Amino acid sequence: MPYEERAGGPPASRGGLAIDAIDLRKRYKDAVALDGFSLSVTAGTVCGLLGPNGAGKTTAVRILTTLLAPDSGQALVAGCDVVADPRTARYRIGLVGQNASVDEILSGRQNLIMFGKLYHLPTASARDRADALLAQFDLTDAAAQSVAGYSGGMRRRLDLAASLILAPPVLFLDEPTTGLDPRARIETWASIKTLVGCGTTVLLTTQYLEEADQLADQIAVIDAGRVVAQGTPDELKAKVGPDRVETVTRKPSLDEVFLHLTGHPATTNQPMEAA
Amino acid sequence: MTATPTATTAGAMAGSLRDTVTLTGRILQHWKRRPVSIVLGLLFPVLMVVMFGYLFGGAMAVPDGHYMDYLIPGMLALTMLFGLEAMVVAVTTDTAKGVIERIRAMPVTTTAILAGRSAADLLNAVVGITVMVATGLIVGWTTNRGTLLALAGLGLLLWLRFAFTWIGIYLGLMLKTPESAVAVQVLVWPVGFLSSAFVSPDTMPGWLGAIATWNPLSATATAIRDLFGNPSWNAHNWATGHSVALALAWPAVLTVIFLPLAARQYRALGR
Repeated sequence: MPYEERAGGPPASRGGLAIDAIDLRKRYKDAVALDGFSLSVTAGTVCGLLGPNGAGKTTAVRILTTLLAPDSGQALVAGCDVVADPRTARYRIGLVGQNASVDEILSGRQNLIMFGKLYHLPTASARDRADALLAQFDLTDAAAQSVAGYSGGMRRRLDLAASLILAPPVLFLDEPTTGLDPRARIETWASIKTLVGCGTTVLLTTQYLEEADQLADQIAVIDAGRVVAQGTPDELKAKVGPDRVETVTRKPSLDEVFLHLTGHPATTNQPMEAA
Repeated sequence: MTATPTATTAGAMAGSLRDTVTLTGRILQHWKRRPVSIVLGLLFPVLMVVMFGYLFGGAMAVPDGHYMDYLIPGMLALTMLFGLEAMVVAVTTDTAKGVIERIRAMPVTTTAILAGRSAADLLNAVVGITVMVATGLIVGWTTNRGTLLALAGLGLLLWLRFAFTWIGIYLGLMLKTPESAVAVQVLVWPVGFLSSAFVSPDTMPGWLGAIATWNPLSATATAIRDLFGNPSWNAHNWATGHSVALALAWPAVLTVIFLPLAARQYRALGR
């Protein structure tokens, strides 16, 4: 189904979608962050939200994860209206933000138990779940250590583990590998691929085209607060024109796609600015 | 939903209470993991007692008693103020590290998050008061109007700290970065010294003395000196004559102003 034909219609009629955002708008004092942002992600798939700094990626994720209220528009995540009923939505959403948002002073295990309790698991279940996740993310040996002593990759894995305490149907990863060294990036990718294998729907924002290509089934290109194109990596490449796709290698070709769609090159090497 | 509204509300309140306990427990776990920083924080006021009591104390002529008897209640009040800067540092650190962001993405109420902070801070205050009282007893400070009034004095201290907690949370959410919290650490000193904590406002120039007299810190310091039966060294004026009433009213006023501001600032994170 072509993306352009999907706008409008009552949300309830749109089955099979894990994320369904319609015409989200958000304006800050001096800038428009989202300008009619619409996005649909089929359950069980990975969608890469690709765009340069300031395109609105983080704002979109913050709205979809209930952290920010939009000025207008509607968004259903895992069948729950994030604006009208954020509390219910929070039980169904996992979020890995740009910073490893775990408590630095506590140990990895203390972090996971605390977050488990805040998700209202009984204490014994919170402990069991913490131990299972520590094992799953290869953190058992460091479980009792203060997070302050963790490497960047270990923090990121703990952050991911904390987001999966309730095994949420929808997981948001906001630039999950920004600031990581190449080894930690590959570790994180491996963890994400494992999750996807288990049927979790993932929305991944990234400014690394390679990352989107590696992980995503679908890519939505965001520019100036709206989705300007959505499709599989191959479909997007086809939009640029067959001649050019044939002459360039696979990974740089997404760069070309980006340039073609937005009219300006991606800024993959810039430090992240708050959107 | 089959639950009646009442049951739902009661359930939500119980959930909120459990969240508060969890979040308070988090701060207590911090103490256990970082004992050095908490011990240093507790020893600092003790160091000040030694400095002011023994280095400067010899030059302090308190008309109807010893300087230590005047100083210890002042230091107890000042210890409450130090909690404010610790709170600003803690809240800004949470914001900078993204912990608040994660907790906000969880089904936890604003009330539980703020109440957890406040409860942990009051526990911290209880420990701080205990250390200062022990220090006082070692250096010869005594109370002489009975246990009940002494406990009432300690209650006034916690009431002051309760108000300072909300100022601390508000400033912490306003300032956002731990670096800017340094500004608060600097500002705490003039507020602390411009009070009756160390010397009588009567010894200051008129206008400065007036500020010191009406400082909320002075109200509590003067009130607990009265309740402990310690010398108050102040000329009789309206503020010193109604110090207990002021020590009740000032924190109430500050709480009425800063609790809603803190809650509003917290909700503004989502706008």
